[in-house]
Amino acid sequence: MRKDYRLEKRKYIIGGFITLIVLIYVVRLFGLQIGDAKYKESADSNAFLKRVIYPARGLVYDRNDRLVVFNKPAYDLMLIPKDVGKFDTTMLCSAMGLTREQLAERWRDMKDTRKNPGYSAYTPQKLISHISQEDYGKLQEKLYLLPGFFIQKRTVREYSYHCGANVLGNIREVSANDIERDTTRYYRRGDYTGDLGIEKSYEKALRGRKGMEILMKDAYGRIKGKYENGIHDVAPVSGHNLKLSLDMELQQYGEQLMRGKIGAIVAIEPETGEILALVTSPNYDPSLLVGRQRGKNYAELVKDPLIPLYDRSIQAGYPPGSTFKSTQGLIFLQEGVINNNTMYPCYHGYVNGLRVGCHGHASPISLKPALQTSCNAFFCWGFKNMIDKKGANSKKQFEKWKDYMVQMGYGYRLGVDLPSEGRGFIPNNDFYSKSFRGANWTANSVISISIGQGEVLATPLQIANLGATIANRGWYRIPHVVKEISDSVIDVKYNEKHHPKIKKEYYETVAEGMRMAVTGGTCRTANLPDIEVCGKTGTAQNPHGRDHSVFMGFAPYHKPKIAIAVYVENAGFGATYGVPIGSLMIEKYLKGEISPSRKSIEDRMLNSNTIASSGVKKH
Amino acid sequence: MESRNTDNTLSAFKAIDWITIALYLLLVGIGALSIYAASYDFDNASVFDLNEFSGKQILWIGLGLAVGAVIMLSDYRIYKTYAYPIYICVLLLLLVTVFVAPNVKGSHSWLVFGPVSLQPAEFGKFATALALAKLFDNYNFNLNEKISNYFRALIIIFLPIILILLQRETGSALVYISLIFVLYREGMSGLVLFSVLCAITFFVVAVKFAEPLILGMPAGEFTVFLLICLIYALMLLFYCRDIIIARNVIFGFAGSGIIVGILALCGVSVPGIIYFPAILGGAMIYTALAMFRHRIGKFVTTIGFALVSVLFLFSVNYVFGNILEPHQQLRIKVALGIEEDLRGPGYNVNQSKIAIGSGGLTGKGFLNGTQTKLKYVPEQHTDFIFCTIGEEEGFIGSVTVLLLYLALILRLIHIAERQRTPFERVYAYCVVSILIFHLCINVGMVIGLIPVIGIPLPFFSYGGSSLWGFTILLFILLRLDASRRERMD
Repeated sequence: MRKDYRLEKRKYIIGGFITLIVLIYVVRLFGLQIGDAKYKESADSNAFLKRVIYPARGLVYDRNDRLVVFNKPAYDLMLIPKDVGKFDTTMLCSAMGLTREQLAERWRDMKDTRKNPGYSAYTPQKLISHISQEDYGKLQEKLYLLPGFFIQKRTVREYSYHCGANVLGNIREVSANDIERDTTRYYRRGDYTGDLGIEKSYEKALRGRKGMEILMKDAYGRIKGKYENGIHDVAPVSGHNLKLSLDMELQQYGEQLMRGKIGAIVAIEPETGEILALVTSPNYDPSLLVGRQRGKNYAELVKDPLIPLYDRSIQAGYPPGSTFKSTQGLIFLQEGVINNNTMYPCYHGYVNGLRVGCHGHASPISLKPALQTSCNAFFCWGFKNMIDKKGANSKKQFEKWKDYMVQMGYGYRLGVDLPSEGRGFIPNNDFYSKSFRGANWTANSVISISIGQGEVLATPLQIANLGATIANRGWYRIPHVVKEISDSVIDVKYNEKHHPKIKKEYYETVAEGMRMAVTGGTCRTANLPDIEVCGKTGTAQNPHGRDHSVFMGFAPYHKPKIAIAVYVENAGFGATYGVPIGSLMIEKYLKGEISPSRKSIEDRMLNSNTIASSGVKKH
Repeated sequence: MESRNTDNTLSAFKAIDWITIALYLLLVGIGALSIYAASYDFDNASVFDLNEFSGKQILWIGLGLAVGAVIMLSDYRIYKTYAYPIYICVLLLLLVTVFVAPNVKGSHSWLVFGPVSLQPAEFGKFATALALAKLFDNYNFNLNEKISNYFRALIIIFLPIILILLQRETGSALVYISLIFVLYREGMSGLVLFSVLCAITFFVVAVKFAEPLILGMPAGEFTVFLLICLIYALMLLFYCRDIIIARNVIFGFAGSGIIVGILALCGVSVPGIIYFPAILGGAMIYTALAMFRHRIGKFVTTIGFALVSVLFLFSVNYVFGNILEPHQQLRIKVALGIEEDLRGPGYNVNQSKIAIGSGGLTGKGFLNGTQTKLKYVPEQHTDFIFCTIGEEEGFIGSVTVLLLYLALILRLIHIAERQRTPFERVYAYCVVSILIFHLCINVGMVIGLIPVIGIPLPFFSYGGSSLWGFTILLFILLRLDASRRERMD
């Protein structure tokens, strides 16, 4: 037996050594597994492919349940750059119908962080968007040859009518700005959002909610099924369907009538405030702003000197012209400036220190015939007598006048459910004090606003709303284009009645005058045999060229079903274009067709062109 | 006589170290589950399918237990008697393998018999351990008695190393170097181990910290010089136990250091490449002069150590740059965190770290590891099997496995020390050394602390040869241990 006790102590060195090593490894494991969260993220980004499932966007129907906007499938070719292995570029090019150079360019654009700020080698990137159904089929078969690539299904919009683009709007990819402004943090790069029209104003209802499926991919980029059988997946929720108040047939007819003209038509159902047609001209086919051609087409629309993207029906502020006289009559009656029998002289115009011209008719004249013949002098006198009322402060009187105008829906946005509504313009005291630089101004100084000229501006929507208010004999509902939202309700503000502080009987008087204008005045073209139309023409002077041709009216006289405003820029007298187009719209809506006796008028309207006189040259 | 024999057998059965057996079974069992988890496919899987890794491993485990049982029933004397013949047979097998083995991923270490492949290097371990034990069992063998005893021990260790290197299986060959531990236990000077430790430290520090420059030399080299000065002073103090010389040297180092520091602040930089050799040389000359008076051999060792250290430091860059092959350099750089090559050698380690790191405290749950299931970690059922534990069982699971290994190794050290003859003790320390080496290298590699060296985790990694090799290694020890009382007579 030899036993060296000095050497035996070395067992502690050896045992201590391995204990120390294990301790170091435990510390290291602690650092890796508990101290550092980045490995968890790396493992997740390795293994999980979080694929967004886009919900079906809500469908859009018109008031007669005709399908207007629906979805069709489209496919995006996506890839995760770090997973992309060697692949056959020729095969990809031939499947997608691209040249090698085009593919290389797309590749560069994708990697260019100026064009694609969200580029990362670790997240899904879009290489080609909007692949058609056929190309998708071809590509799907070859996908196994393209490691790191996958196809993302989504939908694009399809339109049954080639009209109403201003109301319908379109969808586009979200911009960096959109994402930044989105406080709910819903949008991610590559998502779509509504642009213009109801697609924008009803975005939240239409878009639904995105879903997410978590797939597992192995080291070779192959999909190995759903993570934990999909229990972490989130199903997408489809968007709400919308029912428009628009009658697409009427809308289409309106756009046909306005072809070759610049202007707008607004038709409203007076009882409900529902917009039946909202025509702006020139316009464009909504299908142009869909799919891969969207960018190019959009750029062309932006360049067009006639600015078709500008919705004149709700954005443009026009001088309202003589349609404005009905509002003046209402104010004068309510203020007691006149009564039904008050007569004012007209010597071919208003002559009182200055002269506002008029055309030939009997003199002196009371309100109803004045509306019938569109007498300028009557309203100038009325305005003068109201503002310069004896014993009253003319500034206060003018403020009163302005308040009535605002109550009737002028000067501010009505609140239609579309983006970018214009507010028109109704001047107030401050405005005139500034524009006359403090000098004393009188009714005569601003007399032209009493006949809808001068500083006042109104949108066609506001004028149509006036028509609806008179049709209702004293109240209106805010005009809107969406009638119903499936499984939801529209904003309550569209159900509230708004009453200007003017008695119903005065509206009755004005309606009677407008009826007389049709039966024996300026709107005789609108005198349909079996519909009692009421109307008021306007011939609006403007700084851009010939007068605008304007019509405001409603029908039938009793229990009106439609109120309308027509604006044709630089087309001359209201009676020349405004009245025929307005009456055709009314007839079309109430009768469904145009009577044979009026076909000639229809033909004339369909085939006329007034753009030449607008002074805008189309390139 | 007969009844005595039965008693012997009975007492031998009782004397079996059941703690070790339990640890062995635990490790092998957890290993098989891990292999099942590592090769589990989300689509379809079955445990006992012999075409799957886990199914085969269960077969290997069964056969391994049979081998273990045979060993336990065998006569303990045959191992001592036939130690050299066994060693020579295995050497011949290794030699044959060099020439007949087909090329598998660049290595020629597998003997193929139809459907079965065998890696002789795994069986070389117990044979070499037996031979080394036999050498130390010679009557009155003392390692330090004459230098030729070292040579005999080293020849036994290096013969298999050379043969395995010829098979281009560097990892397995390196394992045998761990037997140096045994020599240490049996009397080799601790300075050798200390030198090896210093060499590794100097190498890592010098290679890793190339920047910034301090006194005109890379920070790594600067630090190594500081370490050499420190070690020199400490050796004088504790090894030579001469407080006066040590004090003077320390004052010399500190004084000159302060002067150099003040000069550096004044804008006069003393080049480190001149400063350090100068003060070390001065210290050595001073020590040598003092030595004449004391005439103590330990001073020679101390001076020699410092001298060799400086030479080593100067040769590191040459060795690293000119002698190591580029892929070896890269592996070292990746392990030291100097380079990150996620496509090449760094890929395995990075994915392995991700797998383990993503496990968190409690892991993702059995069969829920995504890194391993989706094949992000290469070699996950063999060399990188520890990842599966780390990912699915988390910090708790991986630490538990490490502690099981630690318990096994400490238990084996305990067993080694209770043996009464050198043969059993040396053999036991051989087993301890081999297990320590495998554990340190394999786990160190998987958690990214050590360069990638492809050796399996004992009892865990998939593979019949490796499992049987370790089983035989361990059970011979248990057999020898079980009979320790019989030899008391």
